Amino acid sequence: MAYSDKVLDHYENPRNVGTLEKDDPSVGTGMVGAPACGDVMRLQIKVSDDGIIEEARFKTYGCGSAIASSSLLTEWVKGKSLEEAGQIKNTDLAEELALPPVKIHCSVLAEDAIKAAIEDFRGKVGNKKADASSNADGSNNADGSGKAA
Amino acid sequence: MTSSNRRPIYMDYAATTPMDPRVAKKMMQFLTPDGEFGNPASRSHAYGWTAEAAVDEARKQVAALVNANPKEIIWTSGATESDNLAIKGIAHFYGGKNTKKGKHIITSKIEHKAVLDTCRQLEREGYEVTYLDPEPTGLIDLNKLEAAMRDDTILVSIMHVNNELGVIQDIAAIGELTRARGIVFHVDAAQSAGKVDIDLSSMKVDLMSFSAHKIYGPKGMGALYVRRKPRIRLEAQTHGGGHERGMRSGTLATHQIVGMGEAFRIAKEDMAKDQLHVAALRERLYDGVKDLEEVYVNGDMARSVPNIFNISFNYVEGESLIMSLKDLAVSSGSACTSASLEPSYVLRALGRNDELAHSSIRFSIGRFTTEEDVDNAITHVRAAIEKLRALSPLWDMYKEGIDLSQVKWAAH
Amino acid sequence: MSVYLDYNATTPLDKRVLDAMMPFLCEQFGNASSGHQSGRIARAAMGVAREQVAALVNAHPSQVIFTSGGTEANNLALKGCAARLTSGHIILSGVEHSSVRSPANVLKKAGWTLDEMGVDADGRLVIENLHTIFSGMSAGSAKILAVMLANNETGVIYDTGPIAALAREFGATLLVDAVQAAGKIPVDFTHSGAQFMSLSAHKIYGPKGAGALIVDKAVDIEPMLNGGGQEKARRAGTENVAAIVGFGKAAELALSELSTRHEQAQMLLHHLETRLHSELPQVCIFGQQADRLPNTSFFALPGLDGETLLMSLDQAGLAVSSGSACATGEVEPSHVLLAMGVSPEHARGAIRVSLGKESRRDEIDSFIDCLKQQVGALQSFAAVACA
Repeated sequence: MAYSDKVLDHYENPRNVGTLEKDDPSVGTGMVGAPACGDVMRLQIKVSDDGIIEEARFKTYGCGSAIASSSLLTEWVKGKSLEEAGQIKNTDLAEELALPPVKIHCSVLAEDAIKAAIEDFRGKVGNKKADASSNADGSNNADGSGKAA
Repeated sequence: MTSSNRRPIYMDYAATTPMDPRVAKKMMQFLTPDGEFGNPASRSHAYGWTAEAAVDEARKQVAALVNANPKEIIWTSGATESDNLAIKGIAHFYGGKNTKKGKHIITSKIEHKAVLDTCRQLEREGYEVTYLDPEPTGLIDLNKLEAAMRDDTILVSIMHVNNELGVIQDIAAIGELTRARGIVFHVDAAQSAGKVDIDLSSMKVDLMSFSAHKIYGPKGMGALYVRRKPRIRLEAQTHGGGHERGMRSGTLATHQIVGMGEAFRIAKEDMAKDQLHVAALRERLYDGVKDLEEVYVNGDMARSVPNIFNISFNYVEGESLIMSLKDLAVSSGSACTSASLEPSYVLRALGRNDELAHSSIRFSIGRFTTEEDVDNAITHVRAAIEKLRALSPLWDMYKEGIDLSQVKWAAH
Repeated sequence: MSVYLDYNATTPLDKRVLDAMMPFLCEQFGNASSGHQSGRIARAAMGVAREQVAALVNAHPSQVIFTSGGTEANNLALKGCAARLTSGHIILSGVEHSSVRSPANVLKKAGWTLDEMGVDADGRLVIENLHTIFSGMSAGSAKILAVMLANNETGVIYDTGPIAALAREFGATLLVDAVQAAGKIPVDFTHSGAQFMSLSAHKIYGPKGAGALIVDKAVDIEPMLNGGGQEKARRAGTENVAAIVGFGKAAELALSELSTRHEQAQMLLHHLETRLHSELPQVCIFGQQADRLPNTSFFALPGLDGETLLMSLDQAGLAVSSGSACATGEVEPSHVLLAMGVSPEHARGAIRVSLGKESRRDEIDSFIDCLKQQVGALQSFAAVACA
């Protein structure tokens, strides 16, 4: 299967690889996928006080298209409000990267990842408002299972 | 493409091999317009007889490698056809209306697709098939095989060397079990001929499939060994002019047959040398990667052919690994399944977890692989593993001491 | 002297075909199913070959299933089609190739009813005969019909148009065996009304070990070879890339040179038969009143044993045959001639001359000269023996 130039570019030079402090109350973490399916994506966003995504980081275990989808996603969400970022559609990612039909699920996973990260962040804000301590173990379990559809 | 025009380092000999120049040279005599182009079935002129003589010579060469009688060699279009002919031929003969011996077949879960898909087809036709689980080493437990044998078992089909793992099954011992019970024993030897000693005069194997293009011969060519004493009978699957003593009709492709013969002749001559060569290269390859953490050898290295070497790099996904190894022609399993997204069914059958099954690489090397190839391969592999692990959330979790098997993953 | 006049048995590889194959016999050795670069190169080359083979018979590339040859293609069509149907009638012409007759006989053993439609004294199909056969069947029981486009022994060409119309009317699936016709006369799968068409590479200056079955996409077939899912799971087995590439090139050349080859063969055949008639007036050329391939002449000289004649001709370096090359040394008279009503004695004397694109006028002359000589010798021998 031939990969598009854009997939190859993101695969060779992935943007925003890395990790943010998951216990930081301004960081939302989304972890989606499963090793059994061959791909796991972890997307983290750092959100400013006025609700703008200042930074995004990812790590992905998966094929080239999965890596490219998450890399592209981090570029897109930066500078967007949570509202805007939550409206990113997998079809936009798939189109930008010219993903073949068998790789569409990679873009779906990326969309799931940003939604999960936003949800995680909002959960933290909600908890803070409820005067609870920060949700330290929220990254893997809750988010991983929370956004499965 | 950004990659250079250099050809990738070829380490996929188990998928197919380049032809040995000596084979190509021999074939040319039967390919050039002024060469021997006759139809071996032509009975009325020298063109036919010359071709027939060449076919007979090749038959002797193939038989010689496995210590069989040339009359026991049937030409086919490849190991897939040999497997189909052997399994369906036996099933239809012994399980058909005439004999009614039974309709039970035993095979293993790590056979080549040509065997497994043929068995599935027979199941649709009303046969019953037992698919044995291999041990975690990839070997078949003879006790379990024996326990699966029944009065109505007509055929056991077990491969000699597994194409993904390289493990060698004890076909001599299996032959003792089958012969004692009057069960026909078929062995797919596509990956073992020319790599492991095969002596069909002592091994109680009844049918054996061979491929030419796995041992430096041409594609589109194979053979089936059909034992004469005791005589094994099978129902033909391709009908026509009655070639190959009625077992397989169709014009014989002289140049391909000659090529297969020459490839088998060379294999007999060079086998010891070839295997020493690849054994040293495998050591070198393994030494070059084994210090990377979380590296798992699939199959039992001590009981494997040295030319096939299958390892998993944990926390790295297979397809992205292959992608980053674009200067290396390797596979993540058999060539037939590489287009699919499924992890190797062979590794799954060994009980490997999904992550490891997904991150396996099969290196298969051969006569023309050099030390330089191996050293370059090591450099590519190390760079790829380091890059992909830096990208892998699973690697982070492993480093943090999280037990991935305890994580509740989202199914998607 | 060495004169090859048995092109219907097999042809030498065209130099241009060999040149096309060479890279895939040597450096481009990849497995067409492999994901890496060498596999992609092999797959791409197969794609080109698929287009070339399709073009030769006006089919769509997606309709081409590559096989190991014509025999496998015919087996796949008949057995593969029958496996997806409940048993019924399978109808063949009386002059089909053994690779059609044999699988049909296997189906007969499995409970199918085998019907044969006769041919006339010139080897032509009698369409009324086919109509009668169809009409005698219970509705819906006519399942498969197999007819060759041109006979390998006599060269007689069958007009498949009316046959296809009848097959359609009675609901039978039609296999046209075009192994001998392709490359010699125009062949059009799309407009033939057939659901299957079989082809072979080594009859058109391509390599042995490659053939194809052209399949109408609407027809369901069961694969003969199960395994790795190659050829869209209709024919498993590692692709014989070099041979397939050669087949493609041979098909391309056959198409572009069709009229030249046709004209040349026809001219030489006319010369052959003119000389035969004038110099061996007792000759009987089979199917002479029928529409025939431009390269094939099948004839007998009464009172002469074909095998003996062939042996003496071979001694003199002339390669011809007594018919099909498939029979394994059997000395049975040609079933094609018997179906035409030729007596067994007469049929035993039959000789097939099949010309190729390399054939020359002087080769024909050598053949006739030698034949006359041998006939003279045998006749005087026979006369002595009788006396």
